[in-house]
Amino acid sequence: MPKNSIPKEAAYQIINDELKFDGNPRLNLASFVTTWMEPECDKLMMESINKNSVEMEQYPVTTDLQNRCVNMIARLFNAPLGDGEAAIGVGTVGSSEAVMLAGLAFKRQWQNKRKAQGLPYDKPNIVTGANIQVCLEKFARYFEVELKEVKLREGYYVMDPEKAVEMVDENTICVVAILGSTLTGEFEDVKLLNDLLVEKNKKTGWDTPIHVDAASGGFIAPFLYPELEWDFRLPLVKSINVSGHKYGLVYAGIGWVVWRTKTDLPDELIFNINYLGADQPTFTLNFSKGSSQVIAQYYQLIRLGFEGYRNVMDTCHENMMVLKQGLEKTGRFNIVSKVNGVPLVAFSLKDSSLHNEFEVAEMLRRFGWIIPAYKMPADAEHVTVLRVVIRDDFSRNLAERLVSDFEKVLHELDTLPVRIRAKMANGKVNGVKKTAEEMQREVTSYWKKFVENKKTNKNTITK
Amino acid sequence: MVLSKTASESDVSIHSTFASRYVRNSLPRFEMPENSIPKEAAYQIINDELMLDGNPRLNLASFVTTWMEPECDKLMMESINKNYVDMDEYPVTTELQNRCVNMIARLFNAPLGDGEAAVGVGTVGSSEAIMLAGLAFKRQWQNKRKAQGLPYDKPNIVTGANVQVCWEKFARYFEVELKEVNLREDYYVMDPVKAVEMVDENTICVAAILGSTLTGEFEDVKLLNDLLVEKNKQTGWDTPIHVDAASGGFIAPFLYPELEWDFRLPLVKSINVSGHKYGLVYAGIGWVVWRTKTDLPDELIFHINYLGADQPTFTLNFSKGSSQVIAQYYQLIRLGFEGYRNVMDNCRENMMVLRRGLEKTGRFNIVSKENGVPLVAFSLKDSSRHNEFEVAETLRRFGWIVPAYTMPADAQHVTVLRVVIREDFSRTLAERLVADFEKVLHELDTLPARIHAKMANGKVNGVKKTPEETQREVTAYWKKLLETKKTNKNTIC
Repeated sequence: MPKNSIPKEAAYQIINDELKFDGNPRLNLASFVTTWMEPECDKLMMESINKNSVEMEQYPVTTDLQNRCVNMIARLFNAPLGDGEAAIGVGTVGSSEAVMLAGLAFKRQWQNKRKAQGLPYDKPNIVTGANIQVCLEKFARYFEVELKEVKLREGYYVMDPEKAVEMVDENTICVVAILGSTLTGEFEDVKLLNDLLVEKNKKTGWDTPIHVDAASGGFIAPFLYPELEWDFRLPLVKSINVSGHKYGLVYAGIGWVVWRTKTDLPDELIFNINYLGADQPTFTLNFSKGSSQVIAQYYQLIRLGFEGYRNVMDTCHENMMVLKQGLEKTGRFNIVSKVNGVPLVAFSLKDSSLHNEFEVAEMLRRFGWIIPAYKMPADAEHVTVLRVVIRDDFSRNLAERLVSDFEKVLHELDTLPVRIRAKMANGKVNGVKKTAEEMQREVTSYWKKFVENKKTNKNTITK
Repeated sequence: MVLSKTASESDVSIHSTFASRYVRNSLPRFEMPENSIPKEAAYQIINDELMLDGNPRLNLASFVTTWMEPECDKLMMESINKNYVDMDEYPVTTELQNRCVNMIARLFNAPLGDGEAAVGVGTVGSSEAIMLAGLAFKRQWQNKRKAQGLPYDKPNIVTGANVQVCWEKFARYFEVELKEVNLREDYYVMDPVKAVEMVDENTICVAAILGSTLTGEFEDVKLLNDLLVEKNKQTGWDTPIHVDAASGGFIAPFLYPELEWDFRLPLVKSINVSGHKYGLVYAGIGWVVWRTKTDLPDELIFHINYLGADQPTFTLNFSKGSSQVIAQYYQLIRLGFEGYRNVMDNCRENMMVLRRGLEKTGRFNIVSKENGVPLVAFSLKDSSRHNEFEVAETLRRFGWIVPAYTMPADAQHVTVLRVVIREDFSRTLAERLVADFEKVLHELDTLPARIHAKMANGKVNGVKKTPEETQREVTAYWKKLLETKKTNKNTIC
């Protein structure tokens, strides 16, 4: 910490200048998280930035707005609620917290059930696909639940419902399905999972429930695919989480989790805080936090309404098709993602012998675009994809520009020599002794590949 | 021929917000509306409803920062669309977080060499920070017990009954038993002697609070450390200490630098502090630092690779905004050590002004100490006719939000009012508050005492009540009932 103060203008300028080296959020095509909101909403957020959202007694309106959001989202997911009945749910900092809360509820329910039956309850597990986002791995590790992953395979990059149901045993606290897989944007077949699990439950009597991680898909499916049954319409679905900051169209820092009914959230996990003489039950991991994002979520829900959200999702889908078709026309890519699902395009090179997807991503950075390249998890690690997420602020113009920049990059890569395979031992390239410069270049590219390998082996898919 | 067109009656885009139909319909509460509305209308309607929230600047219940410089507001707004967890895309923001961790760790005298990276992380608040620290202790303890072949299914944590609710949450959610040292009248913090007595082989750590929520007191961490060192020698259990410095962490180094409470004490293995309390940043940022690498079990850390470098992360939350981290860095370099010290000096000064002003009324007992978090906690000398809750309620009319709480076990008969002095609470406001307290007391003095509801016989002092009196009695009864519920269940936040 520096000893002395500096003037505020200096502090602002210094930090502002350094931050210029951060990527441009609008060109960050790796992320699902919202990067643009209307100025009116920015204004609302700034005005409430000094309100601590946990202080319910001091800020009752903000608390009320949060409750309204929960009610709206629960009904969007067809929770079995009567008119004017309060939904069970809470606003969180993101889907990570939401998933942890849902998982905690399942764990406690299962433990209570087993205790009542006099059976051991020390080895809970959760069944998911290997395509889960890291927050579920965190939940498993931090809350001491075993993670049983259904492996993927080439061409099938989501959880196979049949395999998942096979893996369910008496210690399974729940099965987690993803609506909008991080890797390819696909919606898992929650209905099939539900139907298979209903059958198994009849035979075993274990009553295993389902949680749907709708972090991305929760704000897409109801508008683009209303006939798709994935939510509380399926009887085994007991809780759902969605990220307000993905297709909920709010800046980073807001997620939602809703439970089907009161009984799905064990009372002992709820802390009772009293405000204005009324009982406000709370169940969150975080306590003090800003109110801006909750207010912004409410703004979006009433500003856009159902038709507004549907229009935004339609536009995203349209622009996704433009990009997909543009990439297909280059003839150099295999499209891995499906047309239905989260509006994104995941694709790999048809021929990656000379240059691979990581190099393409790197070169694109020079044009300003940030596009990630990932290896698939087990058992499809030989497949590498590039992924472009279409958010609401990605216009058709940008889509067409991106396609032409891809063409430029491919053209440039075509003219570059092949990566040097570092054979450090004999110091030769094709039998000719290397110059000092070549050695240097070789060492550099060797370490570069080494680091890339570390990256791909350890890379946690974050978005 | 002049063709003129009158403005169409149905041309809604030119209607001013308050002339439009949007303010005639009530905002939806339960279901998403079918149609969109103009953004100006959406802004205005929400903004207007939010006017009925309390004024954050007058919210004297909270430790959490409610004012920052406009330059910082500007920085925060500009980074509001950066997802903090995208380390690959926003390397500078990540770097700023690391710098904050390094600075805070050194502020707490972590044993680090020059240029050595500290072990710590930015969180959403002290709740997350405490859960991470607790998780680390739990895992360390479990590993140790497994290695010794001993049972590891009943971990517990020793704290005072004055802990903030986040410790109770940690205990409940992560299945650790909470062993609380009860308070007593006039001793509202954890007694180190009693705490060390409660330590057993299943204790994963002892948590001390620097800046108790109730009275702002700093617990005697040094005494706790020394007693625990002794006990550890006898038992060989090696029980560590965690310091919850949520409030005190950004006060003690500046106002009481000679006070030994941090990593200078050998048993302190981790410390959390709220950036959004006396770190002087808006709500949504906390910090936890560990003494050394070995105090944070590797198996809890997830490795994310950015720019080819390994960035270990250990947080419960993932995506979140970057604004608060950048704001924290702004404050650390903008104010520097002297700036923070000046702010804390001012807070303490204004606290003394308020304290003396309240003492001078002759109606209050001051419960808080002078050293500690700058706040004044006080109770009525005579609460037989009107109690502290009524004072707080009446004060609301003047705009002030001052909370009233009953103490936890075993001092539940004591009720206090508490005013927290933040950086934006000037001396002028302090003097105004004292004047308003005097007005409130004067007003309450003129009101009749609370009616003790004896519902059964329908009589007050032997005289049969009129329907109006009965109604008033019923209201007062239910009001008391709610207040009692409030005090019994009130989580001090």
